[in-house]
Amino acid sequence: MVRVLCIVLLTTAAFAAPAGESGWVSESGLFRVTYRSALDPIVINRIHSWVLHIEDAHRMPVSGAALSVTGGMPAHDHGLPTAPRVTREIAPGDYVLEGLRFHMGGQWELEITISADDRQDVVIIPLEL
Amino acid sequence: MKRLFRNLLLVFLVGVAAYVAWIYRPVSPAPWNDTDLELLRSLSITSLPPLPADASNAVADNADAAIMGNRLFFDTRLSANGEVSCATCHQPDLDFTDGLPKGRGIGESKRSTRSISGSAYSPWQYWDGRRDSLWSQALSPLEDPQEHGSNRMYIVRLVTTESVYRGMYQSLFGQPPDFSDTTRFPVAAAPVDDPELASAWAVMNAADRHTVNTVYANTGKTIAAFERTVLPQATRFDDYVEAVLDADNKQQNALFSKDEILGLQLFIGAARCTECHNGPLLTNNEFHNTAVLAYPGELPDRGRIDGVREVLGNEFNCLGKYSDDPDRRCDELLYVRRGPELIGATRTPTLRNVSRTGPYMHKGQLATLQEVLQHYNRAPDAMIGHNEATPLGLSRPQLARLEAFLRTLAEPSAR
Repeated sequence: MVRVLCIVLLTTAAFAAPAGESGWVSESGLFRVTYRSALDPIVINRIHSWVLHIEDAHRMPVSGAALSVTGGMPAHDHGLPTAPRVTREIAPGDYVLEGLRFHMGGQWELEITISADDRQDVVIIPLEL
Repeated sequence: MKRLFRNLLLVFLVGVAAYVAWIYRPVSPAPWNDTDLELLRSLSITSLPPLPADASNAVADNADAAIMGNRLFFDTRLSANGEVSCATCHQPDLDFTDGLPKGRGIGESKRSTRSISGSAYSPWQYWDGRRDSLWSQALSPLEDPQEHGSNRMYIVRLVTTESVYRGMYQSLFGQPPDFSDTTRFPVAAAPVDDPELASAWAVMNAADRHTVNTVYANTGKTIAAFERTVLPQATRFDDYVEAVLDADNKQQNALFSKDEILGLQLFIGAARCTECHNGPLLTNNEFHNTAVLAYPGELPDRGRIDGVREVLGNEFNCLGKYSDDPDRRCDELLYVRRGPELIGATRTPTLRNVSRTGPYMHKGQLATLQEVLQHYNRAPDAMIGHNEATPLGLSRPQLARLEAFLRTLAEPSAR
């Protein structure tokens, strides 16, 4: 019985938190974000870049968006050790995010504010290191 | 009434005895789990990656440059009174520190001397990260009136005229410039606070100043090449981790006492040391405010908030014209963090050799490891900014075990 309950809960959790390939949906559902890290696996104390891929609700790439990135460790009440920035769009919907570094193991969050076509939304990407 | 008092006293004494017995109860270390093993491996010296390249320094990994830098490092002629070298404060026998609260050259430095060992792995130098490479850092004490008290004009003349240095310089960087014309190149000049040195520097023409700066930067680059060879050695801790990963129980017990194992378990667990003292160098080289008291008689140290401004304005930084990297790959500087979190923050030091490198903290405010551990256990409010740490609530025996573990991080013999 317990095992069945665990399987049900785990399955629910897997669908409730879209992650990995399917990406993270912004708070109002306007955008979906996935990323590829140039440093794989991501380890602490090394500065590196990501490519963020932004799609709209119809899974179409979003070009010409303005992106700003903040983040930190909620449990430690501190921000990122660097000030990462999106520097360019290299393909439709693909944006280079440079200057990321994480300096502790634990639960991190990146908060990405996306502005495109007069619409703005925020997506939070969790990261366990 | 008297009996009631006696009974209460008895209950109190039994309670105290039980509490003390509980605090000092014999404890056995729990076996390491998979998460622990991964963390232990990450702290071991075997996880130390190859030295990161320094594209801003073309001779960073040149053996001849390291020989020249080694000679300069120990040369007291690089000071105003002829008595101070880099090694005056960075003493090899003390893991390249000096055992003092603040460095002592010609006068007293602003802060404590940090070890050079493994510093090539850090994107930032100094407690406040006011330099972003070993070579730009090496240039700074030479002109600090409290440290070497020299000036760049004197230094470049020495390096380009003294026969040994001149030959070494020429083979590394080509024909040295001719500084013999004292109407163009004064005896002493530097862009520093000293009015005489500053005015002598100000009247030089821009091209000559650039020539001097180029030789000065190259001098720093050879010192950096030497410093890159100063690396941490395996310790008893590293041997213990190897034995744990090999599941060699006999060797584990031969290497670590029960208290040292318990101390290590606290180090990676309840004491939360690895939040900042992580990786094989046991530092994240990042800036944190941990509410260390101001040095007696001084205002609290502003730390990184000032250091970040200084490094961005430093002419020898990664983005400056004396960098050898044509692509100016300076991500740490380009994406440097600013803001109030940096007030009173200083850079995490390595814990390798920590038992040999007291007194501790950025101005040697805490004399012993015991005091340092008590400080983190209490986590007081910061005088300026915000203390990132929170109280640990560890008992006295637990702090003693942590200290026992920290002592296993000493290298087996002096260099």
